[in-house]
Amino acid sequence: MSAARDDILGRIRGSLGRGAVPAETAVSLAARVAAHRRNLVPARAAALAATARIDLFVTMAEEVQTTVARVAASAAVAEEVARYLAAENLPAELVMAPDPGLDAMGWETRPMLRIRRGKAEPGDMVSVTPCLAAIAETGTLMLVSGGDTPTTLNFLPDTHVVVVRADQVVAGYEDGWDLVRARAGADPAAWPRTVNFITGPSRTGDIEQRIQVGAHGPRRLHVVVVDGAAAGGDG
Amino acid sequence: MEPTSHTFTANAAAGLADPTLQRALGLARTGFPLKRAQAVARLPEFEALRDEGRAIKDHVLAHLDFYLELFEKNVTAHGGQVHWARDAAEARAAVLGICRSVGAKTVTKGKSMIAEEVALNEHLEANGITPVETDLGEYIIQLRHEPPSHIIAPAIHLMKEQVADSFRAAHTDLPAERPLADPQALCEEARAVLRPRFLDADVGITGANFLIAETGSSIIVTNEGNGDLTQTLPRIHIAMASIEKVVPTLEDAATLLRLLARSATGQEFSSYTTMSTGPRRPGDVDGPEQYHVVLLDNGRSKLLGGEFQDMLRCLKCAACLNHCPVYVAVGGHAYGWVYPGPMGSVLTPALVGLAEAGDLPNASTFCGRCESVCPVKIPLPKMLRHWRERQFAEKLTPQTVRTGLSLWGFVARRPRLYHAAAAIGARLLAWAGRGRGRFRSLPLAGGWTRVRDMPAPQGRTFHQLWAERQRQAGR
Repeated sequence: MSAARDDILGRIRGSLGRGAVPAETAVSLAARVAAHRRNLVPARAAALAATARIDLFVTMAEEVQTTVARVAASAAVAEEVARYLAAENLPAELVMAPDPGLDAMGWETRPMLRIRRGKAEPGDMVSVTPCLAAIAETGTLMLVSGGDTPTTLNFLPDTHVVVVRADQVVAGYEDGWDLVRARAGADPAAWPRTVNFITGPSRTGDIEQRIQVGAHGPRRLHVVVVDGAAAGGDG
Repeated sequence: MEPTSHTFTANAAAGLADPTLQRALGLARTGFPLKRAQAVARLPEFEALRDEGRAIKDHVLAHLDFYLELFEKNVTAHGGQVHWARDAAEARAAVLGICRSVGAKTVTKGKSMIAEEVALNEHLEANGITPVETDLGEYIIQLRHEPPSHIIAPAIHLMKEQVADSFRAAHTDLPAERPLADPQALCEEARAVLRPRFLDADVGITGANFLIAETGSSIIVTNEGNGDLTQTLPRIHIAMASIEKVVPTLEDAATLLRLLARSATGQEFSSYTTMSTGPRRPGDVDGPEQYHVVLLDNGRSKLLGGEFQDMLRCLKCAACLNHCPVYVAVGGHAYGWVYPGPMGSVLTPALVGLAEAGDLPNASTFCGRCESVCPVKIPLPKMLRHWRERQFAEKLTPQTVRTGLSLWGFVARRPRLYHAAAAIGARLLAWAGRGRGRFRSLPLAGGWTRVRDMPAPQGRTFHQLWAERQRQAGR
């Protein structure tokens, strides 16, 4: 296929009326890439202080049928999850990301919750995951894949519960990219296979443009915001 | 698929005469434009973002070779593989080769216009591999053996009753009398039928809304989550993309993503925006073991540096379709190939040839709505005009039109002659139409009078009236 590669690159250069990019241009293009310069970022979220940013996240998330509960401390997450499952008539059984950041959420106070740690299997009804960040601008969750955070948890179960520490709420997507970069460092192997931006439950408008929630992914997306939580685990 | 763009006139007439299609398009006419307008109104920076989006894409196109090489380098660094395809046949061969390397029997597919462009499904089927479309709209049209009629809402030409009929015909193992009256029931059925297909597939094929040069990643944007199940569950993920989809950085992608969902569906952000980089990492417990990107040229490199380069900025959002008075009147199938509406009328002649698709650039009133809503400000009417000029230059226009245009051009370039001829014409037509004030038929104007009356002029030309008013005003 390298003949095709050379041909395509050659045609591009021919159409642009030049040879390969000159060395000094290549240097400046590489510098542009390395700079990660932000383009215009809307003021909607960027101009807000932390408290207002969290409120905006909640407002925007609820607009797209994400349900949001706020709890005062990590230890209260289990109680909220149990409450939510009961209120939605869902079984008290869930598959949870193996991420250690989810260990101390008061699960021992809810012994009736049956919890498995690992990736999602067909038939799992409810998953609980952490996130890397929550983006206030559009009420979007940002999740990264890893051994402790399997991607199947985000898509296979009918109900997806995401735990968000208040200090994880950032303004825009760019803040999220910075977190991914900081986490991975210079090691390509540390870069996650998958980064998911999730904005509300699965939906489709493919039949007569009438929006139906629950197309192929989760039918319900529930976010538990832990106010005043200190960072624990890397999310 | 074999293009039928050369029969656009007949296709369009059939579309206009199809009452079910007209009902479906009636829903499209109001829905998308209203939602887009509301989303745009909520973001004060939207206009400025359009300019930035245009600048990012222009920058990429001017250095496309550099960014493609950087992209490939980073795909490889993360353990993935890039396959370069000069044309549709090479893209099909690349995908088939990957599928065969693991003895694949079924392939799930997220929505990909590139897969449509290269007619991938037919090729896989001919080689004993079953492709399963998983986007609800794509699944419906796959069952009906139809091409998509819209680039983001492929089944927009159908009403729910037609979908129900297709489901009853295809899902014969389900009770025949089950209720399928509303979209929710149809959606549930598709979810239930497709879930095992996701789990059983050997290979998952998606498109890519963006390729990121700095990380070697592909990004898909969906609402259903089908693309994510498609690319997460099977052993192999293949992303298909055309060469102009590459952008330099994640920051550049963020800017374009802010434009995309708002322009497409009027959402603030689509439900799922997913970035994939390489295969699963050591230590990962799910995700594909192989990651491939098939990069398709198929004539796009020829458009660089010329009058159609701007077309390569296209984000495939479909705003130009949704706002086009011609598209929402005749529907997407009339355009006869993969890409309909204004963007299709510019792109199709470039990809399948002007001889085949020459009608498409003429299927426009040049009203300009497409350009006014384009998130990256592609001058679509101007490029449609370029195609018309090229058609004329290549003598592809019918002889009657050529003669008429030549005659008109001769007169129009001579102002005295033009004014004199127009004055005579106006007086003659005013006299001939003095009774009814309009004409039911008129020589050389059959295209107009076949469907409506032609109003008779009042006797004097605009230039005459203008000169008279200037005199009265004492100037």
